[in-house]
Amino acid sequence: MDSHTVAAQTAITPHDEQAHPPFLRHHFANVAQQRETATFGMWLFLLTEIMFFGGMFCAYLIYRNWYYPAFVAGSHTLHIWAGTLNTTLLIISSFTMAMAVHAAETRQRKPLLRWMVLTMILGIGFLCVKAYEWHDEWVEHHVPGLNFSPAEFQNGSKAYPDDKLPLDMAEKAQVYFSLYFAMTGMHALHMIIGVSLLAFLFVKAWGGAYTTGHVAPIENFGLYWHFVDIVWIFLYPLLYLISRHQ
Amino acid sequence: MSTIVTLPDQSTAQLPKVSYLNQEYGLKSWLLTGDHKRIAMLYLISITFFFFIGGAMAALIRMELLTPVSDLLAADTYNKVFTAHGIIMVFFFLVPSVPATIGNFCIPIMVGAKDLAFPKINLLSWYIYIAAGIMMICVLVFGGVDTGWTFTTPLSTHYLNTNVVTAGLAVFLAGFSSIFTGLNFIVTIHRMRAPGMTWFRLPLFVWSHYAASILMVLGTPVLAITLVLVVLERTIGIGVFDPTKGGDPLLFQHLFWFYSHPAVYIMILPGMGVISEVMSTFSRKRVFGYTAVAFSSVAIAVFGFFVWAHHMFIMGISNYSALVFSLLTMLVAVPSAIKIFNWSATLYKGSITFETPMLYAFGFIGLFTIGGLTGVFLGSMGMDIHLTETYFIVAHFHFVMVGGMLMAYLSGVHFWWPKMTGRMYPEGVSKLAAVITFVGFILTFFPQFILGYLGMPRRYAAYPPEFQVLNVFSSAGASVLGVGYLLPLLYLTWSLKYGKIAGANPWQATGLEWQIQSPPLTENFAETPIVTHEAYDYEWLESKKAREVPTVG
Amino acid sequence: MEHHEHHLHLTASEPTHHEEHIVSPTVYLIIGTCLLILTASTAAISYVDLGVFNAVVALAIACLKGSLVVLFFMHIKYSSKLTKLTVAAGFFTFLVLLTMTMTDYLSRAWGRW
Repeated sequence: MDSHTVAAQTAITPHDEQAHPPFLRHHFANVAQQRETATFGMWLFLLTEIMFFGGMFCAYLIYRNWYYPAFVAGSHTLHIWAGTLNTTLLIISSFTMAMAVHAAETRQRKPLLRWMVLTMILGIGFLCVKAYEWHDEWVEHHVPGLNFSPAEFQNGSKAYPDDKLPLDMAEKAQVYFSLYFAMTGMHALHMIIGVSLLAFLFVKAWGGAYTTGHVAPIENFGLYWHFVDIVWIFLYPLLYLISRHQ
Repeated sequence: MSTIVTLPDQSTAQLPKVSYLNQEYGLKSWLLTGDHKRIAMLYLISITFFFFIGGAMAALIRMELLTPVSDLLAADTYNKVFTAHGIIMVFFFLVPSVPATIGNFCIPIMVGAKDLAFPKINLLSWYIYIAAGIMMICVLVFGGVDTGWTFTTPLSTHYLNTNVVTAGLAVFLAGFSSIFTGLNFIVTIHRMRAPGMTWFRLPLFVWSHYAASILMVLGTPVLAITLVLVVLERTIGIGVFDPTKGGDPLLFQHLFWFYSHPAVYIMILPGMGVISEVMSTFSRKRVFGYTAVAFSSVAIAVFGFFVWAHHMFIMGISNYSALVFSLLTMLVAVPSAIKIFNWSATLYKGSITFETPMLYAFGFIGLFTIGGLTGVFLGSMGMDIHLTETYFIVAHFHFVMVGGMLMAYLSGVHFWWPKMTGRMYPEGVSKLAAVITFVGFILTFFPQFILGYLGMPRRYAAYPPEFQVLNVFSSAGASVLGVGYLLPLLYLTWSLKYGKIAGANPWQATGLEWQIQSPPLTENFAETPIVTHEAYDYEWLESKKAREVPTVG
Repeated sequence: MEHHEHHLHLTASEPTHHEEHIVSPTVYLIIGTCLLILTASTAAISYVDLGVFNAVVALAIACLKGSLVVLFFMHIKYSSKLTKLTVAAGFFTFLVLLTMTMTDYLSRAWGRW
């Protein structure tokens, strides 16, 4: 497939004859350069992710200022325990992922596989809780565009009977839920991609691909996973916490 | 200082036996290649295809506007045609034009690397581009889309029943292709430079691509999320931009222009890089004020993120905010002017010759200056309120994008054609094409400035009869321009087989890419180059030529 | 700018010089515990009525947690200046998006001159 195989043979410079492992691509001088390059590329990709989520955070800030009562009422309908549980799951999964990276760096295959499985389980656990929450919101007619009903926000909910908004403001809870679903949906999409990638990496790690010094894929996947965790670390207070007492 | 031009005698030049073009044969060797030069060629073919589709749309627009009434095209068809023209030209031609073709081909060689940092991602970026392109073609085949290239809400989300979702996803995908290209460039420029290739020895072409890549990486994701929200709003009915649910349509414009204003710098900066190379090569002088030109690229990239709301002065944003954005817009004129002045100063006392790339570059300087200055008019709020949504805007951005960027692109294609293919284009007919393009361009778009100033609005199929004379001029110019663009397609294709053999360095340019054979080897350099000279050091080139034993082929 | 880029060195003497810093599991454990404690405290604080400061405190804790993840789990503390700058550039551009958009939203209600 690679048209440079011939070139790669001739291009090996004498200085790295002691270190030319099979995973070193021909256009890099040595493993260190390849690894740094991959890490830098990953960081630039995360930069794009910051801006991708940034657009939604920006919208959230603006609309929260505009429709403050609706955002408070919308936030009141979320389960704080679910948000906290999910935050905990993700933080532990970040820890296990960090340990997986450590296992790859120290070339221990079994621990690497163990930490990867744990990370995967925690990620799937997060998605299950999230699915439960979405189902709940569907049942309570909170999905804008599909089945949204302002009734609960006009008449007050069980937990917050004082949340009685005039109809025009109650309608604005749709904006809150639009952003809620867009943000958690995009986040969950990233989680699903993350878990799938992890499964793929697991298969290759099973064969020992990442415990011979070729840590870049595990390391860069770790960066991705932690980034997704950070997004949730900010979503959690914005969506669940800051309106509790307003 | 010796600046006497002695171009090499090409009659003795031969094509090298092994090059990236003949290293491997067969369709598979192209479609699965990791070679940045082959991917550049794939891009060159695909963007040329889209350029001529977009051009056909432009031809339809100009034919319709030949008469004051909506006779050739019905009004809604006209809307679809100008939308297709805008989307294709912006996202499928201008954004990838120079970076994905010439940049892809030259940047690894210019920094002295064997390939881009991520060859597979480079190939992936082309496939994503093709997928996006196919989606866009589907949009056209299945009835078109009529939002205008800006997808403005709530028009795009509520009032149209055309293929907005497909078009939006096509642009979303094209954006990813552009992100991957930009990401690859940044990493390559940081991490893959040859020994001795310091930042201030990089050709200005690399600097301007670096700046454009920053914009691609930081700006495009905002467009992506905006389009995702538009698509969700259209399909599910969430209410982020929908005023009936409490959303603010202006927020869409903020987010859209947060990308799309920097996007015009994504389009123009690589072109400016081409001009720097061409100006220096054909006046045989180091670019005047190298550091200033290098940093002006970065300055344009940074300022680009602070000015977007000048597209929205009449849309209902706050007056105070508009004032801030109007003032900040003036800042962009400074680095752009630095470039123009420095290129002009490069010519001073240079040994100027007028090969085709240089003619296009001169075209660029004149037309871009007009386009840029009218941009300053439009950036000042009072003028903008009079001129926005008129043909003045249309003329302004065509001067920058077509007069500027397309001229730069053609300049670059001619300049590096010998390097890419190993053969020269025919000089006589290509000079003619450059002149025809320039004349046709002026004839097409200059009348539009006047039309806009007189108040003819854009995006309408019909117009008051008193505007017809100028519109006829414009349409006549467009047909001249069409000839100007068809000619290079014909003679460049012809030159693939019949062009004169170019030899390694037909222009006697100093860049690293000119020190290797044309077309280059797959791995670019037989051995990693060690850079000891500054960019555009013509004395170094002279002494190198004096020392080396002439070997050909 | 980056004088110490490894590929400028053609000598084979320093393959370990650019070896990534391996963070010890103890650090990961400490940071993970801190993150869990912070999560518990931010959840607990949200039940106390602090007025506008509920949002301030919650976001401050979120920033702290995010910084811990970036610095230690993502190894930024041990990374090159370039990587640090990349992260900074991302947040800077996000802030530009936020502040420049807010110039419009904050002053829109001020009316005409």
